[in-house]
Amino acid sequence: MSLEFLVASTIGVLTTAGIYLCLRGRTFSVVLGLAMLSYAINVFLFAMGRLVINRPPIYGKDVADYADPLPQALVLTAIVIAFGMSALVVVLALRTYLETGTDQVDGLADAQPDDDGA
Amino acid sequence: MILLSLLPFIGAALVASMPRSSRAAQAMTAAVVTAAALILLLSQAPEVISSGVVTSRTEWIPGLGLSFSLFLDPLGLLFAGLILSIGLLVVVYARFYLAAADPMGRFYAFLLLFQGAMLGVALSDNLLLLLIFWELTSLSSFLLIGFWNDRAEARQGARMALAITAGGGLALIAGLLIVGQIVGSYELTTILRSGDLIRASSHYPLALVLILIGCFTKSAQFPFHFWLPHAMAAPTPVSAYLHSATMVKAGVFLIARLWPVLAGTDLWFYLVATTGLVTMLIGAAIALFKHDLKAILAYSTVSHLGLLTMLFGFGTPMAAVVGVFHFLNHAIFKAALFMNAGIIDHETGTRDARLLGGLAILMPITATIGLFAAASMAGLPPLNGFLSKEMMLEEAAHTAWGGSAWFIPLAATLAATLSVAYSLRYAVHVYLGKRSGETPRPPHDPALGLWAPSALLVIAAIFIGLFPMATTGPLVQAAAGSVIGAAPPVFTLKLWHGLTPALAMSGIAITAGALILNRFTSLLHLWDRLPVPAGKPLFDGSVAGLIKTSRRITLAVHNGSLQRYLAILFATAVLLGVEGLLVGGYVPGNRPTLPAPPVAIVGWISLVAATLAVVRAHRQRYLALVFISVIGLIVALGFIYLSAPDLALTQISVEVVTILLLLLALNLLPKKPNRLGTTALRIRDAVLGLAGGCCAGFVAWAIMTRTPNNPISAYHWANSYSGGGGTNVVNVTLVDFRAFDTFGEIIVLGIAALAIFALLQTATRGASGQRLRQWIPDLVRSPERHPMMFVVATRLLLPLAMLVGIYIFLRGHNQPGGGFIAGLVISIAILMQYMASGFDWTDQRRRIDEHALIAFGVLIAAATGLGSLLFGAPLFTSAFGYVHLPLIGTFELATAMAFDVGVAMTVIGAVMLALAELSHIAQRAEKDARTQHAMDVDPGRQQEETA
Amino acid sequence: MNHLIIAPLLLPAIVAALFLLGRWRARWIGSALSLAGCVALVLIALALFVTAYGGTISVYALGNWPAPFGIVLVLDRLSALMLVLTSVLALVVLCHAVITNLDRKGWHFHPLFQFQLLGLNGAFLTGDLFNLFVFFEVLLIASYGLMLHGQGAGRLKVGLQYVIINLVGSTLFLIGIGMLYGVTGTLNMADMALRISSLPHGDQGLARAGALLLTVVFALKAALLPLHLWLPRTYASTSPAVAALFAIMTKVGVYAIVRTTTLIFGADAGAVAWAPAQWMLPSAVLTVIIGFTGLLAARGLRDQAAFGVVGSTGTLLVAVSLFEPRAITAALYYLPHSTLTGALLFLVGDLVARHRPDYGDAITVGPRFASIGPISALYLLAGIALVGMPPLSGFIGKLLILTAAAAHPAAGWIWVTILVSTLIGTIGLARAGSILFWKSSTCDEPLRPAPAQVGRKALLPSAALVALLAALVLGAGGIVAYMDTVSAQLFAPRNYIEAVLGRQAGD
Repeated sequence: MSLEFLVASTIGVLTTAGIYLCLRGRTFSVVLGLAMLSYAINVFLFAMGRLVINRPPIYGKDVADYADPLPQALVLTAIVIAFGMSALVVVLALRTYLETGTDQVDGLADAQPDDDGA
Repeated sequence: MILLSLLPFIGAALVASMPRSSRAAQAMTAAVVTAAALILLLSQAPEVISSGVVTSRTEWIPGLGLSFSLFLDPLGLLFAGLILSIGLLVVVYARFYLAAADPMGRFYAFLLLFQGAMLGVALSDNLLLLLIFWELTSLSSFLLIGFWNDRAEARQGARMALAITAGGGLALIAGLLIVGQIVGSYELTTILRSGDLIRASSHYPLALVLILIGCFTKSAQFPFHFWLPHAMAAPTPVSAYLHSATMVKAGVFLIARLWPVLAGTDLWFYLVATTGLVTMLIGAAIALFKHDLKAILAYSTVSHLGLLTMLFGFGTPMAAVVGVFHFLNHAIFKAALFMNAGIIDHETGTRDARLLGGLAILMPITATIGLFAAASMAGLPPLNGFLSKEMMLEEAAHTAWGGSAWFIPLAATLAATLSVAYSLRYAVHVYLGKRSGETPRPPHDPALGLWAPSALLVIAAIFIGLFPMATTGPLVQAAAGSVIGAAPPVFTLKLWHGLTPALAMSGIAITAGALILNRFTSLLHLWDRLPVPAGKPLFDGSVAGLIKTSRRITLAVHNGSLQRYLAILFATAVLLGVEGLLVGGYVPGNRPTLPAPPVAIVGWISLVAATLAVVRAHRQRYLALVFISVIGLIVALGFIYLSAPDLALTQISVEVVTILLLLLALNLLPKKPNRLGTTALRIRDAVLGLAGGCCAGFVAWAIMTRTPNNPISAYHWANSYSGGGGTNVVNVTLVDFRAFDTFGEIIVLGIAALAIFALLQTATRGASGQRLRQWIPDLVRSPERHPMMFVVATRLLLPLAMLVGIYIFLRGHNQPGGGFIAGLVISIAILMQYMASGFDWTDQRRRIDEHALIAFGVLIAAATGLGSLLFGAPLFTSAFGYVHLPLIGTFELATAMAFDVGVAMTVIGAVMLALAELSHIAQRAEKDARTQHAMDVDPGRQQEETA
Repeated sequence: MNHLIIAPLLLPAIVAALFLLGRWRARWIGSALSLAGCVALVLIALALFVTAYGGTISVYALGNWPAPFGIVLVLDRLSALMLVLTSVLALVVLCHAVITNLDRKGWHFHPLFQFQLLGLNGAFLTGDLFNLFVFFEVLLIASYGLMLHGQGAGRLKVGLQYVIINLVGSTLFLIGIGMLYGVTGTLNMADMALRISSLPHGDQGLARAGALLLTVVFALKAALLPLHLWLPRTYASTSPAVAALFAIMTKVGVYAIVRTTTLIFGADAGAVAWAPAQWMLPSAVLTVIIGFTGLLAARGLRDQAAFGVVGSTGTLLVAVSLFEPRAITAALYYLPHSTLTGALLFLVGDLVARHRPDYGDAITVGPRFASIGPISALYLLAGIALVGMPPLSGFIGKLLILTAAAAHPAAGWIWVTILVSTLIGTIGLARAGSILFWKSSTCDEPLRPAPAQVGRKALLPSAALVALLAALVLGAGGIVAYMDTVSAQLFAPRNYIEAVLGRQAGD
């Protein structure tokens, strides 16, 4: 069994779980799903630089083989952005629940009319 | 010429700009403008009639072939003349017709707007320009019909007219565009010369049909005729103007305009002539049995428009001549009649023929005008109506339809009979005979201003009848010429043609008509029993149906379910991704794979297990959190193993903060959510998930197993130290090569914090405040809210954590670390204080406001970027030197580092702002649930007590 | 190197930061600062427009790292056009928001507004795919903040959906970028264009899949059916002024599609060439239909405007998805029209709602209200513009699109859709207008005086938009001619690539 296969299948599993959870009817599950998806994406993006073991991209004159630093940089940016986003979505979910009394996002709870000024 | 075409619009603007001024002034302005335009037009007349056309061309949108080019040929002259002269009369008439309450300024503004649009239609030398004016007439008539907008029938009539005529206009657009495509130009003068090309084209039938739909809707031809009578809800001046003389004539005008190009084929004959014939008959029949005077006139207009259409449909030059002549005559007597009916309405208060009668004695002037006009409509000699009717019958007499020589003559005679009948009815039932009852108002002749305009028209009708050649001969001749596009056949307009079949036919028509009127009441009973399909209910029904269906569709599609949105999004992505792979072609890569050591396999297994556990337990929140943090941990370990230490560090620290956040939020989310959705749904989602997972996994595998396509990162590696002054290539990439990304990234973080702050600010008010107060803690917690040890430990830890943060920050450029991670570590340390010592206590000791922290962070980052501008280098160009510090050792001080400081500050600011605010809310909620405990050390409360 | 190119990015960032520092100051200072920022932005955009007018493509290498290794900003005709459009719209909308005191309805309106502009400008300027992602995130998260501004239950509920769906969109964006990097080894768009054209056959499938994923993401932003579902509720439940600003958001998606497809996935891209086109056309046609159907079904002015945005963006996408110079010209003419019209509809709806507080924007009979005359005139003009009746720019735009599509095999479908949708739109708007403004004269309630905070001056921004639309018509000749040059530049990606990577890369 190759490392590539492990990573690829990990991505697959995380994505599957992420999608499934995103499609649940309550905000918390969706938040979980988004978290799963962002794990999957981080690994995926990272994997785009191919896999290398014990060659951290720390520059040295005599180092020839190294891990592609660019995807790592991208993943770092992605992680941070995902962090900001998920923080927002969590608070928004909470706030919506507090305001509307429902944590459902399946549109079924849309029965009660919007009370924000037209 | 351009001035001529623009004058009415200028006038409209003028009138609209003087709402305050007196009615007289407004009317005067409108009149003067119209008169000026008329004079301008007439000044061109001699040249046009003698030598053909006057043109003027101004480029507008060459890219589209739309130019502001106008041309005035005899036909245009005739139409424009009608528009302006009758327009002038209507302006005068309206001045006295409208009530004091009516906003006259608005009325005249709309009227002039319409006039301008009509004039444009008459003068356009460019099909697209013509389309613009064409649709403008629909719009302005919409406004005019709806002028009395407090009346339901006015509003509905206006909307119907708009829907039908504008709708037809759209068909016309398509048709004319096709013609333009065939010819390769939209200039009418060019198009009129390429008739053979068009008729030969395979698109000719389509274009013809579309154009005809446009014309028929505008000219109220069957089956689109029904909007016209409902447009009668407009003030009578409008009806006299739009619905007799001008707008409804636009369709016929365009048919005449394009006659040389489109006419002459069987298709043309059967479509146009037949439609005209049918319309003529139906219109006349309905007109006869209406009681509202305006309705009678409206349907008679429909009938006469049918007549015109039929004449042009015949496609013979002589028929065209007759068409042009009647075009003129009908305008004259019909406008007069509408004004006449308006007067009756105005003076008696009713338009119902059954309530009227014997008015000749009471209002002699009006009666004289009315009788003459009606006679002309009936086609009695020696009036102009007689002439053109006669010639029409002459043409009909020798036109065969589908092999039968008698069909058209018969129908024409019948129509003529009916028109005689309803004309006579208008005359007899209103003016002659005895009064059939009291009218709402005592009838009497109106003021001069109200009857003079119609009087002028009637005089014109008489003169044309008596001296046709002298008065209109040359004009008709020339106009017919421009319709035919060649020299018209020689003809003389005269009353007496000798004993022709036409004479016989009109003789029959007149006598039969008189008889019908004689038997009117009995015929009326017969008619009332006839099931006549009405257009309006049909139209209203279909519109209502349309709206109903659109509501159903819209609601069904946009049901506000996030699941649906997401499911569709995922599905689309998967499908298109697969399409790409299949269509694009795929060959497996040949990059040697790495063997997986047992430890990796173990990690993999536990990760999969944790994932399944999360899915399983996604409704038990705390459990789910535990599992998901396991996943995060393993991912981080994986990063370490796969030589990405920076990622690992970041992953872990983000993990911690995220979990903190979730814990704070979770407290307040509903306790035991019940399960939602059906099993079928769950299966669907599982399938979708699997599909997505497989795609993502496969793509990752596919790419990992192929050799890199010499990625640009080689350059980063090579220049990281020499150019960026750091050995940690990832960090150098973040703060130097791609510093701009990082700049954007911290801004995202900052905005997130701001948005969260804005969200939570209002959380304690309104409905949400209510729920917060009703909130009950669901977890059994230690009796001590602030365990002593925890408090002390965290306070001692704070400086230490700070140091660690700074260390991580400083080494970041060369070893794993950097501003972001440092920022997170420090903020975690501070968060500890919040958790241990409570919100109030920590908040009081907060030295700096987070907003400012974020702002400074962004500003510093920007400033370091801008700094490089001073040295003439582009934004974010870095410079660096080396500094030696005890303990930490030699490290390099780069401007990029200042940038990193900005990053760190923003991170701290954002995280603190978000979580502090959240814990604040959570603590608000707990306030009520709080109980006193002996062992409870709440520094916050001690503070309150001592203070 | 022309440093002015970074001004549209730094200016909003700094203005916003100043806000956070000085948020305790008097309100009017804030409004003034924000407005000043917008005015400056308009001027900068105009200056850049002039720079790009002649056809020069200016490149700005951030950090002085040569492309493709660093991030570059690229200013060509299209970017300049989008910058001008954005800044002008922003200025008008901000005026409306300030006049109607919307900015005081919640926290941080102005900083969020400025950050929104930063994100938009960045997206239009950047020449780097991942940087495009970053700026998408910036403009999205700012839009979340703005969308939720003022809050209220309905807004929160819909906002949550809006946020989540876009988070998923961002995820897909990253996958797409990752795939393209994994296959081509670059992030710079110009470089990627070159590398894709020389991609071995075995890799083209992955590249095509990546391209299509990006298209999905952009189509989600552009509200292309079936990915438009989020838009109507989102736009209808946020505050109208914000929705008016969002009229440009769908256009960001359109811009991204046009940019990436013509530059990277264009004629030279082998199996990837024009990958999005065949999928876009049919769904764009359907988008038009669903948009105008919704407009007819609408019960409130904001719904109506939202569906109007869907419909007119659909029309725009029909033209775009032909990916043929004349069609793109038509699209480029229609783009500003569609943006300004969408904004206008929302602003007018807001005016109506504010003038009759207890009826709001519901399309129902209410009492006559102050300045009903001018407002109804504005509504009429907005409607004319939306459905594409003369004399406003919609008509010319539609004529351009129709003629551009004439030669296309699907011309019949396109023509029928666009013309019929026009009719449906006309019926719907005429009905709404008649109910709101005409029928109100039958309502026996007394004429309602204008609420204190909305005077006549609240009408000015909308009037300004109408003026802009009129300018689009009067100047149509020149504008269309210019759009021809823009589209020509788009269909000669070689120049773009050479400008970014230098001559030798060209051959």
